[in-house]
Amino acid sequence: MARIDRIAEPWGTRTPYGSGGEWPVRVDTHLAEGVAPDDVDRWVQTASLLHSNGDAMDIAVKDNRIVGVRGRASDRVNHGRLGPKDLYGWQANASPDRLTKPLIREGGKLVETDWDTAMRRVVDRSKALLAEQGPSALGFYTTGQLFSEEYYTLGAVAHGGIGTNHVDGNTRLCTATAGEALKESFGCDGQPGSYTDVDHADVIALYGHNVAETQTVLWTRMLDRLAGPNPPKIICVDPRMTPVARAATVHLAPRPGTNVALMNGILHEIITNGWVDQDYIQAHTVGYSELEKLVKNYPPALVAEICGVPAEQIQEAASIIGHAERLLSTVLQGFYQSNQATAAAVQVNNVNIIRGMLGKPGCGILQMNGQPTAENTRECGADGDLAAFRNWSNDAHIKDLARVWNIDPMSIPHYSPPTHVMQMMRYAEDGSIRMLWVSGTNPAVSLPELARIRGILEQERLFLVVQDIFLSETAQLADVVLPAATWGEKTGTFTNVDRTVHLSEKAVDPPGEAKADLDIFIDYAHRMGLQDKDGQPLIKWHDPESAFEAWKDCTRGRPCDYTGITYDKLRGGSGIQWPCNEENPDGTERIYADGKFWAHPEYCETYGRDLITGAPVEPSEYKALNPEGKAIIKAAEYMPPHELPSRDFPLQLITGRTLYQFHTRTKTGRAPELQAAAPDVWVELSADDAGAYGIAEGDLAEVETPRGSVRAKVRISGIRNGVLFLPFHYGYWDTDGGHQPDGAGRAANELTITDWDAASKQPIFKTAAARITRVSGGDGPSPAPTNTASAPAGDFPEGARTKGIASALADEATGTAGGAR
Amino acid sequence: MKFGLVLEEMHRSENDLAHHLLVISERHKVDHEIYHLARDLARWSQQHVRDIAAIGKNYGQDLDPEPRGEAGLMETLREKGSEMVGRRPETGMLLLKDLRELYLKACGVSADWELLAQAAQGMKDKDLLALAERCHPQTIRQMKWANGKLKESATQVLVS
Repeated sequence: MARIDRIAEPWGTRTPYGSGGEWPVRVDTHLAEGVAPDDVDRWVQTASLLHSNGDAMDIAVKDNRIVGVRGRASDRVNHGRLGPKDLYGWQANASPDRLTKPLIREGGKLVETDWDTAMRRVVDRSKALLAEQGPSALGFYTTGQLFSEEYYTLGAVAHGGIGTNHVDGNTRLCTATAGEALKESFGCDGQPGSYTDVDHADVIALYGHNVAETQTVLWTRMLDRLAGPNPPKIICVDPRMTPVARAATVHLAPRPGTNVALMNGILHEIITNGWVDQDYIQAHTVGYSELEKLVKNYPPALVAEICGVPAEQIQEAASIIGHAERLLSTVLQGFYQSNQATAAAVQVNNVNIIRGMLGKPGCGILQMNGQPTAENTRECGADGDLAAFRNWSNDAHIKDLARVWNIDPMSIPHYSPPTHVMQMMRYAEDGSIRMLWVSGTNPAVSLPELARIRGILEQERLFLVVQDIFLSETAQLADVVLPAATWGEKTGTFTNVDRTVHLSEKAVDPPGEAKADLDIFIDYAHRMGLQDKDGQPLIKWHDPESAFEAWKDCTRGRPCDYTGITYDKLRGGSGIQWPCNEENPDGTERIYADGKFWAHPEYCETYGRDLITGAPVEPSEYKALNPEGKAIIKAAEYMPPHELPSRDFPLQLITGRTLYQFHTRTKTGRAPELQAAAPDVWVELSADDAGAYGIAEGDLAEVETPRGSVRAKVRISGIRNGVLFLPFHYGYWDTDGGHQPDGAGRAANELTITDWDAASKQPIFKTAAARITRVSGGDGPSPAPTNTASAPAGDFPEGARTKGIASALADEATGTAGGAR
Repeated sequence: MKFGLVLEEMHRSENDLAHHLLVISERHKVDHEIYHLARDLARWSQQHVRDIAAIGKNYGQDLDPEPRGEAGLMETLREKGSEMVGRRPETGMLLLKDLRELYLKACGVSADWELLAQAAQGMKDKDLLALAERCHPQTIRQMKWANGKLKESATQVLVS
């Protein structure tokens, strides 16, 4: 057992392994000061909630308090490892400022009340609006951090009970494009990859995916491959000098907003050089000739011009990808939150499809998620899609869902695509959505163009319900605040990006009167008197396990088939990958293994959209194009971003994450080790730009776009010239402003543009025109971490490098058994 | 030959479509997807205008290669107007009306491309046929976009 500062060394100690080998186990543990493993009363099984990797862990409980965490050695995802946010983030549960009683707005102020009063207010308003306007007056906006059971209940309440199609999750901001890209290429959501592909791949291509910070344990797996025999080659596409870029064989740093041009350039090389699997294309795909035709227009020289990347680098990257024998491709926000998000992510799918690299060890695609339970938001229909990947434009699917819920098919709104959150905000702005129920997310900091969002949420005529664990910026604007339980205080299941389902058990009671989100939704359904067509309650389940059984029933025969999973089966051992059913009782490591897809017109989740216009493809069109349900190769032309640099705003602004914080820091900002590692906002720019603007490391600078301004200390980093980076985590709850700026702006979204990808409806956070000016000199380096993508480019005082506070020491144990594959 | 008239009409109708897309974009600036997409799609029609003018020379047609100008000052006025009325529900009806008109205009352009493609085949003009084959699919995408938006927006506007 070794002690290690996991703030200074976020990926821990190397345990190298070779291609095709078993990833060694390393068990990471962090316990509260003064608590030894022997003192722990019980260990309670769960998985990570502060990132999307799905690392399995046990919560240590002593005297009915959470006192630490330990990675689960036997789990297929992490083989015992935990990331820094897992090791330290649990402490936020016990913060003294947790919400413990419902609040209602009285005389302009939020005051404490009891559950009955608060829920009556919500129900009275709901009923009044339904009577006066109908379901179009109500919207539900949830998160990527609740459990399956809760999303399924919320989806059933909203779609089946209330009958509104205004349902979305904040997964719209992080993972909507992952889902949409999979739907476009394979007719259905569901990852063609598995984390075990890392064990076999000879090339790993990461597109806009700074895995080192977003999924630290997955990066640890890659680092261990890189440290072992026959390491894979790494291709990195990212405008920042991320840890991935530093480890890459080829690092492409394109101009923000030009991903489609870059991908078309890479595809051009792959196709022109014949690095394609013609047999696979013939047997298992449609649409190849369109792609062939379109990418002819993107020779490397032209692409180099568009993207600002040397043509030789594009050719070199394409050659490595083209010669790969086992190619793993992963994608994240650098593509999803940028111009032409879906079109770009689909081109990554195309690379693996035309190379025939799917469904075999090392050959996979991971269209990553940004949040721990984002997959469930999508599966269960809490992102507006219908439950269990049912197709809203297929009447047979609607009928089937109506059968499951025992309601009239007409009661399920399916006349048009679900309303995504940005459109819901528009409807709230025009006054046609009059009640918005926000659960577990913080739009007042996380949506683009915050001045506009605040203006919408503050409207007197909008009845805002916020269900959360802290009084977030959004909760401060609410009419009713419902205190919720969180991870460790309630039971449920969730699923990570490679389809691994974990059980998260209740370890301790929630504080005060806080309730599980599931109980709140069920209570609402009953108070609303939501019924099925026989006059029985619509929601027939009453606790997590009965909700899970109901959800399983809904998934029967669908791609995300959970029918072979039970809570008992998830206890002990490893998480299980869906589909898990009678045919695959132990789950399914890789889907699409035989070139068979879930894309048949009668079975698919969607008929797709035009990648440029977003217009839904008509059922008849889809049937004509893809009658046998093959993989769909969709080509897309490059379209420039809507906001280009100008004389007034000559730079491009991208926003993003840091390893040590999550979302709007509601939890990580309350974990001392994490908060100390990245305590405040900073802005990154390149050394060349810093020179040109006369700005030095640590100076205070103002970043402006046509929408607002933010003040931040400057980090001179390895970012591409002409590009600024701001982390989006920093809002106002821990400032005097409360929910808004008190003076200078701090939240990156003061600056972002209201614009979204037409196909996935994911907002574009990474292509705004901006300018920067120096405000004053600093008294030392900026507060940005130094061991991540924000690493300083030049000389830097050794003492100011990122390291943990005293309590950051964690345990690492290698050489133990476990590690289910 | 009557073909000159087809080209002239094609040139006029694409210009008109581009202009209508820009007008819609300006008028519905608060509906951000309409605003951005309508501008993107206007560029397709503007390119068609240039291409038609270029090929028109082969048929003795003197067509202006420059698409009808953007509205300048009027644009700013309409954008401001849009922001002011953005919080009123009546804008929804105007949006439906505009999208309906757009859809019909795009249908008209699509029919014009059919005519042009038929003529091109009759005259065995490969360049002209290639032009139709390149442009017509984009017109259809414009049409489907207008139709899709209409469908997506209708319920909220009409039943709330």
